[in-house]
Order: sequence, then structure tokens, then C-alpha cells
Amino acid sequence: MKSYKIYVDCANCAAKMEEAVRKTEGIADATVNFMALKMNVEFEEGADEKKVMKKALKNARKVDDDIEIEF
Amino acid sequence: MRRKQKKALIRIIVAAVLMVVLGLVSHFTNIHEYVLFALYMVPYLVVGYDVLWKAVKGIGRGQVFDENFLMAFATIGAIVLQEYTEGVAVMLFYQIGELFQSIAVGKSRKNIADLMDIRPDYANIEEDGKLVQVDPDTLEPGSVIVVEPGERIPIDGVVIEGESSLNNSALTGESLPVDVGPDSPVNSGGINLSGVLKVRTTKAFGESTASKILELVENAGSRKAKAENFITKFAKYYTPAVVAAAVLLALAPPLARLAMSLDPLWTQWVYRALTFLVISCPCAIVVSVPLSFFGGIGGASNAGILIKGSNYMETLANIRTVVFDKTGTLTRGNFAVTGVHHSELEDEELLRLAAHAESHSPHPIAKSIMAAYGKELDPSLVSDVREISGHGVTATVDGHEVAAGNNRLMTSLGIPFHDCHSIGTIVHVAIDGEYAGHIVISDELKEHSKEAIARLKEAGIRKTVMLTGDNEAAAKQIAEYINVNEVHAGLLPADKVTIVERLLQKQDKREALAFVGDGMNDAPVLARADLGIAMGALGSDAAIEAADVVLMDDDPLKISKAVRIARKCMRIVKTNIWFAIGVKFACLILGALGIANMWIAIFADVGVMVLCVLNAIRCLFVKKL
Repeated sequence: MKSYKIYVDCANCAAKMEEAVRKTEGIADATVNFMALKMNVEFEEGADEKKVMKKALKNARKVDDDIEIEF
Repeated sequence: MRRKQKKALIRIIVAAVLMVVLGLVSHFTNIHEYVLFALYMVPYLVVGYDVLWKAVKGIGRGQVFDENFLMAFATIGAIVLQEYTEGVAVMLFYQIGELFQSIAVGKSRKNIADLMDIRPDYANIEEDGKLVQVDPDTLEPGSVIVVEPGERIPIDGVVIEGESSLNNSALTGESLPVDVGPDSPVNSGGINLSGVLKVRTTKAFGESTASKILELVENAGSRKAKAENFITKFAKYYTPAVVAAAVLLALAPPLARLAMSLDPLWTQWVYRALTFLVISCPCAIVVSVPLSFFGGIGGASNAGILIKGSNYMETLANIRTVVFDKTGTLTRGNFAVTGVHHSELEDEELLRLAAHAESHSPHPIAKSIMAAYGKELDPSLVSDVREISGHGVTATVDGHEVAAGNNRLMTSLGIPFHDCHSIGTIVHVAIDGEYAGHIVISDELKEHSKEAIARLKEAGIRKTVMLTGDNEAAAKQIAEYINVNEVHAGLLPADKVTIVERLLQKQDKREALAFVGDGMNDAPVLARADLGIAMGALGSDAAIEAADVVLMDDDPLKISKAVRIARKCMRIVKTNIWFAIGVKFACLILGALGIANMWIAIFADVGVMVLCVLNAIRCLFVKKL
């Protein structure tokens, strides 16, 4: 499990972002903590963190433009 | 306020002023329709351009149920129906709501960050006789750091030089200072109050108490409560359902009227449908629920109660049975002299003689007698020490023949003695062949144990159970004194799991059972109970790992406080959920009937959110619970 700092505007966007990241290929599970602005991600085995996170960010941005993930 | 928020505020004010002026002007003069439309577009675009832009981008990505799209659609719809003021007002209030939410969330984030401001930024090390500030992260365990008065201890360690007192209130919630001197362990996060301390670190910065606590609290939000999962699910269906209802409302009644060859009243029904869209955002609950949990967890940690997740907050609120492991939670877990009975001499004189007689014994009983005497022993006073295994000791102390031991010792010496009705280990003392009284040594009850049980009952805990490995008689007496409902004595560690399992089976599904232990050797029971609470966890990583709720100090009163905090938090969460859903549904129905207009709809959206957020912030305040 890895923890990332994130930025997201509203609680609803956070919930949608969680959904979007969870659906990203290579990610087993993700939980967004809106209040702490943190996201815990569990990767599938053998997943390349950098690549997967790039895709996750892209998916998240589809939901809301203002999303940031620090990785 | 951040720059983004300031900008939003200015836009809101400008648009609001323009809207009011336009409203007045159009009321008193007769402006041409097109001109009025053009004039209203100014405040509309000032306050809503970003929402419109995001809506356009959202459509490009197929996000039709996005709040921006719905707001844009509803307001443009209102404008098309020539309800200019309402179109602008809905956008305006929507933005006020967004701004308010962003400020409120930012504030409580900051509040909690301040509460949890226990992470020290630097450590002092001595270099060539001068103090140098370094990043604590760079120091290896075993480094020597200097903590000056007023500074926070950056890394866990042991004092090697200096005396001082520490304020650990940021860690334990207890503001009474703790005295430390050479060899005392110190925890990061405590504030050094008086003297300069030299500390040899025993851990790395990231492994130290302060860092661990922060990590725990920050991650607590990731373990979501049932209420949170319910909200996420609800939000997922709510918006599409409301939008579908809106479409239905816009089409079905007019078409039905057409079929009955009545006037379809398109404007009226489309307007009602648009009010639906305004209420379609689940923002109020979606933001207030995590905010409540975050506030509750933050407030609790400031009181020295670490709750490891929102789900545990929920369980904590449902607790009706509390099972205690006696030693270390209700009692101190160290043996001490609790009484001197039937003494012919002054108690202190008896203790002095007994302590000297026992001075060569390494036995814990002997140690506790010496501790009770509390003064320096004079070895030159003691001679002819004879330890009789399983009986006790005889010695010559200060010219007197002293015998200290159990019943068997007295019997073998032929000295009549008073048997004791007190619970614990009894040491009889005879001086010069005469019985001189006895000393009672037992595990000390904590100061607040009795009160803690009473408070738990007040808080609605129906059953309190005490488990112990001690003998039945000792356990019963304590149980009666502190007034627990049930006691199980003479238990092996494995028996404790069995008993907790039995209790779990007996209880109602909606209720929960908590097990309170010291976290040292009761990990299996902590894990088996619905909720494991570890006490006295400051400085014990094992306890922090094992439990779901961690009480940093060892005051049993904190258990009822934790329950009260959780109850308050859950009450607020539930109130918010039902209030928000209730108001929204009421407005949907009134909107469909044409009783509620867009002004009421915008209250259902923004007003409810503001109220819920304000209510949620109350979770932070737990001092008086």
C-alpha cells in the first residue's frame, strides 16, 4: 500500500476520483481521504507504479480537471 | 482565505450587487426584453463562467451528471424561460455554497492540523560546543540531541543528562507535567518545560511517537464507516435518479395534457423540472459526513484518544458491553503495600524493621515493602539474615529480632497471629518473638477505576465485565468495590478469548462489545472483540499496533469519554444525513407539485449544505464530554 498526497476541490469529486482511480488497470484498491487530502493505493502484483499512477491521474482528471496527485 | 477563495468572493459580491440593481431597475422602468436579457447576462457570466466552462468540458468527457453540468443546465433553462433573476440567483447561491464549503473544510483541516501540531521541525545537536539545528529525519538512533526549555522533544529517547519536567498533553491529553531525569524514557511530541535535557535517541524520527500518532490519525479517514459507504452509494444513485425524474416531469404531464387536448403548459412543467436539477447535487451529505468523522477523530486525538478509523468510531458508539482485563487497566499492575494492620508500633516503624529485614531479598514482595518505607536503608543495622524458603525471613535489625513472612513462618516460630481478611499477600511481622501486626500487599486499584465504571453506566453501557488471572476471592472483592456486573477469575490467557466469544454470541446484533487491555499480552482478545481498546499506550508500539482505539495514558475514565465522543459524532452524522435527505425529498415533492420554486430549491441545496457543515464542525469540540 502506498500513500499519495492529492488535491481535490470538493467531497463529491473526491468520491468520484476514488471510483476512477480504483477502476484504473493495475490498481487493486484505492481509498481517498478527502479531509486529509491523501490517497492510499494498493497495486496489483507486478504493476509499474509510475505508469499506473500516470494512468490513474488521467482517469481522475476525466472526472474533474482540478485533481492533482503527487507521485 | 486563499487567493482562489478571495477571487470567488469578489465575483459573488459583484454579481449579487448587479443582480439586485437590475431587479430594482427592471421593476420600476420598462426596459426592452432583449436589453434586460443582455444586462442580466453580465452578473450571470461574472459568477458562473467557470461552472459553464467546466460543464462544456464535462460534456466533452461524457460527464453528464456532473454538478457543473446540472447547474449550467438548470440556470440556462431558467433564463430561457425568462426567469432571469432566478437563473442568476441559483448560480450565485451555488457559488456561495461552494465557497462556504471550501472555507469550512479548509478551516477544519487547519484546526485539526493545529491540534495535531506535535511534529517537531528540528533537533538540536552539539557540534564543537555549539548547538546546531538539524532536520530530525537525518538522525540515526543512538544520536545525542539537546532539548532546551520550551522546545518539543523531536525523537523518542532516553535522558542521559539533566532534570526537567515535560508537558505531554499533546500526546495524552493530560496536562499534569511529568518529571524526568537521567535514564527516564521520553517521547517525541512532549514539551520540555524547565531544564535542558540531553537525550540519546532510541528510534528514528519516522518511528517516533509523534510521527506514529500523526500517521495514524491521518490514515484514520481511509477506514470508512458504514455511514460513509452508504453516502457514497446514495450519491451514486441519487443524482441520476433526480435527473431522470426531472426529464419525466418535463415531458410526461404536458404530453398527457396534450393527449387529453388540454393546454400542455410546457413552461410550467419545464420550470418544475429545472427546480429538480437544482436539488440534484448530494453535496450537503457528501461533504458533511467525512467532515464529521474527521472532526471527531481529530478532537479525540487531542484528548489522548486515538481512534484508528471512522468505522471504529461507529462501533464505539454502539458499545453496550465493556470487558476489562483487570491488571493494567483497572489496577496499576504493580504490587504495593496497601495496608498495615494490627500493628503495635507506629506503621512506619513496622515498615522500617520489615524493610531492613527483607533488604537482601530480590523478591517483588520485599521490593514493595522497601518502596513503602521509602527511605534509605542502613545495611549496618542488619545482621543474621536467614531466608527460609517458602516461609519468609528472620534477621536482627537495630538490636531487635525481626521475623517477616507468611502464616507458616509464624506457626513454625510458635507465634500466634491475626489472620487477615484483606485481599492480597499478607506479610506477618514479629518482633522479639511478639506478634507486631501484618503488612498487606496487593495490586493497587487505579484512582479512577470506580468512577470510570460508574461513568460508563451513565453513558449507557449495560454490562461491564472484569477478567483476571487472579484468584476468585481477590477478584470478587475488587469487582464488588468498583461495581462491575460480572467477574471471571482464575483465567488463563486462552480462557479470556473463550469468554469474550461467549459474550459476543449472547449480544444483540446491533450492539457491540469492547475489550479493554493494556495491549501487552492480550492481542488475541483485542482482535476478537468488536472493538479493541488499549490503555497506557504512550511509549508502547505493540499496544498501538494491536488495538482499534488507543488511549495514550492509562486513565480508565477515558473509556467513557471515548464512547461519548463517538456517540456525539454519530449523532451529528445521522442528523445530517436525515436532515439533508429529508429536506431534499420534501423540496422535490413540493417542486413537482409546483409549490416550491427555484428559491426554495436553492435553499434545499446550499442552505442545507451550510447547515450540515456547521453541524459537522461541532464534532471537533469534545473537551467537555
